[in-house]
Amino acid sequence: MQTSIAELKIGQKGIICDFNIEEIPLKLLEMGCLPGNSIQLIQVAPFGCPLYFVVNDSHVAIRLETAKEISVVIETAN
Amino acid sequence: MAKDIIKVALIGNPNTGKTSVFNQLTGLHQQVGNYPGITVEKKIGYCKLSEKTKAIILDLPGTYSLNASSIDENVVIELLMNKKDDNFPDVVVVVTEVENLKRNLLLFTQIKDLEIPTILVINMSDRMKLKGIELDIPFLENQLKTKIALVSSRKNIGNNKIKELILNYETLSTEPCLNASSIDSDYFDKLRKTFPNQLVYKLWLVITQDVNFLNLDRNEMKSSFTKSHADLKRLQQKETIKRYQFINDTLKIGQKIDQSKASDIRAKLDRVLTHRIFGYVIFFLILFGIFQSIFVWSSYPMDLIDSCFANLASYTKKHLPAGEFTNLISEGIIPGIGGILIFIPQIAFLFLFISILEESGYMSRVVFLMDKIMRRYGLSGKSVVPLISGTACAIPAIMGARNIENWKERLITILVTPFITCSARLPVYAILIALIIPQKKVLGFISLQGLTLMVLYLLGFGMAFFSAYILNKILKISSKSYFVVEMPSYKIPLFKNLAINVLEKTKAFVFGAGKIILALSIILWFLGSHGPDKDFKNAEKIVEQEVYSSLTPINPSVISDRVSEYKLEHSYIGYIGKSIEPVIKPLGYDWKIGIAVVSSFAAREVFVGTLATIYSVGSHSDEEATIKNRMEAEINPVGIKIFNFATGISLLLFYAFAMQCVSTLAIVKKETNSWKWPIIQLVFMSGFAYLTALLAYQFLK
Repeated sequence: MQTSIAELKIGQKGIICDFNIEEIPLKLLEMGCLPGNSIQLIQVAPFGCPLYFVVNDSHVAIRLETAKEISVVIETAN
Repeated sequence: MAKDIIKVALIGNPNTGKTSVFNQLTGLHQQVGNYPGITVEKKIGYCKLSEKTKAIILDLPGTYSLNASSIDENVVIELLMNKKDDNFPDVVVVVTEVENLKRNLLLFTQIKDLEIPTILVINMSDRMKLKGIELDIPFLENQLKTKIALVSSRKNIGNNKIKELILNYETLSTEPCLNASSIDSDYFDKLRKTFPNQLVYKLWLVITQDVNFLNLDRNEMKSSFTKSHADLKRLQQKETIKRYQFINDTLKIGQKIDQSKASDIRAKLDRVLTHRIFGYVIFFLILFGIFQSIFVWSSYPMDLIDSCFANLASYTKKHLPAGEFTNLISEGIIPGIGGILIFIPQIAFLFLFISILEESGYMSRVVFLMDKIMRRYGLSGKSVVPLISGTACAIPAIMGARNIENWKERLITILVTPFITCSARLPVYAILIALIIPQKKVLGFISLQGLTLMVLYLLGFGMAFFSAYILNKILKISSKSYFVVEMPSYKIPLFKNLAINVLEKTKAFVFGAGKIILALSIILWFLGSHGPDKDFKNAEKIVEQEVYSSLTPINPSVISDRVSEYKLEHSYIGYIGKSIEPVIKPLGYDWKIGIAVVSSFAAREVFVGTLATIYSVGSHSDEEATIKNRMEAEINPVGIKIFNFATGISLLLFYAFAMQCVSTLAIVKKETNSWKWPIIQLVFMSGFAYLTALLAYQFLK
């Protein structure tokens, strides 16, 4: 199932499949937020933003609008 | 041939312990300055490598890659691009850490592409066992075409290895690890042909960002090699993927991780510290604890400094031959220096706490928790740090706003930070509160005076948020909101790092703001002790005559007080005060308060010192009480107390809102790179202060 990482539940993992490159800061790509990598939602701050992910061993928080631009395929096995 | 001095640049991702490595190598042999034209800190340290050879180590700002997104990161690229720069390194030391090796190596491969000799330091080796990580160093050295030092700056292991590698830097390979230009061979071949003498990777960096490079006309180059923004970014993405492929292939063989040992303290702590309820409770408890301890602990050294300088001043006055020079020392310079040093305890404690929060990794969690709330006011989660630091001093606080990527959020943070009650306002508040608020308790245990002080602090925060909200509505700046915050693993702060950090920040304050405060005290002393006409010179005679002609007998000790009062009235500063009286009268101030208010525009804390001078307090013992008594006794010609409730409240509000700090204006000018913003700050804050003070006085009198 394909969705955006903003839709993940806490603890849920997905494989990044696509993103809107114009809206994603380069820094995030450099931290390893790249297609094919697994990403896990760790925590959501109160009021739904920012979101805290682990991707490519990087622990990183981003805002909701950025998260919405990143699509993932959810791993059903996990 | 070995050089006498080897220039080293220390580069690494944030949170890799780069600064710890720097501190371990250089100890206290450090110098902190600024890069020309910008306020980015430039840290240089020295380290002895052998009998003959010394290393000059430049600690560059932390960066995730050579694609800069802030002025701090830009410094790194500008330096590495410019071989003619005085600081251009003979050898680069890239600091990485064991747990994030994969991500850290991205920057390493980029630097290798610049063909500068590069050493790889892998830090935090003491955590390898705990995390079940094994490294095949010879393999990695071979693949990455470098030499590796496996170190633990926490346990002080591996320093000598780094030194040895620096000493033998000439043996290092300068070959890149991978061929990044294969992502678009046609494009890069064309580039190579047009500029045959330049490194393609350097040209690529010039095309993708704003760096100055040799005398290449960037515009010309950009026009012939331009691609759309999105195309460039797609290429950068390809480049990043390519680099990660290489890194992953290398680490697959060179690094073994036993996943079963991956004990995750971070996950457990994060669950509590970023919890939607406990997270805030813990944060506010920590804040409360910090403020409590700052005010309680720093009051002892502050009292000590205060009395020391008062004693020193009266001692010099007594023991040096009387004259202009002695007066300059005892009335101008010594109180001036005292006025600077008195702030050191509070500032040092605050920086200690802030660096503990930052070093431990907790600060990122606060940024995470606060971001959404702060954004309603046009601020960022990252504005929390400047706003908290602002309670000590706005200058370092405004500099701390630098890591906010979004320009609008950063600008608003800079503009509202001076509303936060800084430690310079504290002495002013303290004396005014003591004068106008009775020493009563509310509900039996809350001191009314303490409550007033708290209300003033809250007023500062409230005003900061209120004006941020307004600015957010008014300012039409659209800048993309790129908010990426790394959540580093939790660490116990290293004492050495804390100590050096506190020392540096305090030093920066003393020598930065201190200069202005000292210069101003001397000017004030001169203006107060010299007058333009003979009324000033003949003050003694005039007062004596007055005393003899009066019918009521006067205590001789009062005469000298009268003389200094008369002198002050006819000094330069007296005339200045009188000339502004019409403007400040509606606020309830007389010319004496006027002088204090005007001189406070250089630095607020000057208020108390000026009043001390104005009310001619002879003996310095128990200074505050004496000033307070004198102030209390002041009456206007109609016989009403000058420092009544209305005037006091009017003054408190004026000091809470007015922009009265030259150093802050100077730093705002530097950080925003224009006079527009500091002038707006000065006009609006002071205008607002005047208005509220006016309303308060007219309403309360």
